[in-house]
Amino acid sequence: MFVVKAILTAILVIILGLLYGGIARKVTARVHRRYGPPFYQNFIDVLKLFSKRLPTSHGVMFELGPVMAFGGMLVSLMFLPVGRGNPLFTFEGDLFVLLYLIVVAPLGLALGAGQASNPNATIGIARGLTLMIGYEFVFFVSVLPIIKDMHTVNLFRIAMAQSGSLSSLNAVRYPFSFAAALISMHAMLGEKPFDQTVAPHEIASGPMVEYGGKFLGLLQLYHAIAIIVETGLVVTFFLGGFSMPVFFLLTFVLFIMAVIVNTVMPRFRIFQAVQFFFLLPLVLAVINIIINAG
Amino acid sequence: MAIKQWAQGRSLWLMHFCTGCGAVELPPTMTSRFDMERFGIAPMATPRQADVLLVTGYLTVKTLKRVIRSYEQMIDPKYVIGFGSCTVNGGMYYDSYNVINHLDLYIPVDVYVAGCMPRPEAIIDAFLKLRQMIVNGEADGWKKYRENLEWYRKNQRKILDVDKWGLL
Repeated sequence: MFVVKAILTAILVIILGLLYGGIARKVTARVHRRYGPPFYQNFIDVLKLFSKRLPTSHGVMFELGPVMAFGGMLVSLMFLPVGRGNPLFTFEGDLFVLLYLIVVAPLGLALGAGQASNPNATIGIARGLTLMIGYEFVFFVSVLPIIKDMHTVNLFRIAMAQSGSLSSLNAVRYPFSFAAALISMHAMLGEKPFDQTVAPHEIASGPMVEYGGKFLGLLQLYHAIAIIVETGLVVTFFLGGFSMPVFFLLTFVLFIMAVIVNTVMPRFRIFQAVQFFFLLPLVLAVINIIINAG
Repeated sequence: MAIKQWAQGRSLWLMHFCTGCGAVELPPTMTSRFDMERFGIAPMATPRQADVLLVTGYLTVKTLKRVIRSYEQMIDPKYVIGFGSCTVNGGMYYDSYNVINHLDLYIPVDVYVAGCMPRPEAIIDAFLKLRQMIVNGEADGWKKYRENLEWYRKNQRKILDVDKWGLL
């Protein structure tokens, strides 16, 4: 039962993640006043990538990198309460485990790309890890007042405590923290202006530069899960307690919001991005802590 | 097998090797007016991720070496589109001392787009032709390259000064 539930969740989230990505491409196209690819284009892309021949390898870690990224994100998903049902792993303090596990995925990619020893990949990894100092810290500060008021670090309980009336939603009770968490989520998703890690025109897609074919297909699946996990984390904290369809709808709305910002924004330089996180979002998050302390 | 080719034909990722003037016709093809993304065609950053090598214009002997390297880094199945008159017969540079005239001698070309320069409509038409060829299993340039590698190497060695610059 446990295994079946895990596999079904993974398949559902991968399909939804690819669908979100496809719709995001369509939305981007419409903002550019283009027609855009069909909404199922991402499925075709993944199918094509897996149908390619085995790509050149640069060593064992290079091959394990995408697997580690995919697996790390898959395990993080198992900690996320999707809808009202219990997540697969739930215990007091699972928030910290989840925050650690989310880092496993980019770290795996970093190790894999590191073995290819392409300078573009190295720059991309350095940027990704630097950016993490900015958004991880802000995200954690923005959820601090929630943890303090609810006296729990269990994701499922935090989500369920918000069900009931609209005013019990954390987004309403902690609006400044919500804003800070949204900005932080934007950087987690790697949308512009925080896409320094990938930056296709500048460092040739960063950590992915040497990956092609089946490896790239796996990374696309990783990205599909990452979309849901990262938006789902914000939904759990600030808009939690709804049933499963509403949960996915909310993740979709947050993701499309990020995509629309992405289409009209240029890219920050890396030090500007980190500086930005320690100015506006951090101040927003701290404001809510001060309000709630009083 | 059929679904594999169907997917390969509908998702063509480009590696546009921007030599010569051909690159100037690509931005209008990508952006709002002609919008090639509706056919699943998207530009990619590196040869590892790409399916189609787009050689846009004349090739000097020096650039040819880079084109061959990029082509060999791509993952099978891969396709080549020769773009403009220069790749067909040298175009307006046919008698230049350092420009190659026939791209087909060095890497296998699946589709040529004639013209100086071809309009975006012609480019999209070439992509649709390539899609048709992939679905029918006719776009097998990458197989030819594997099978006749000696012949291609011989031609490449003839024009690239191997003694001076080393092997590819």
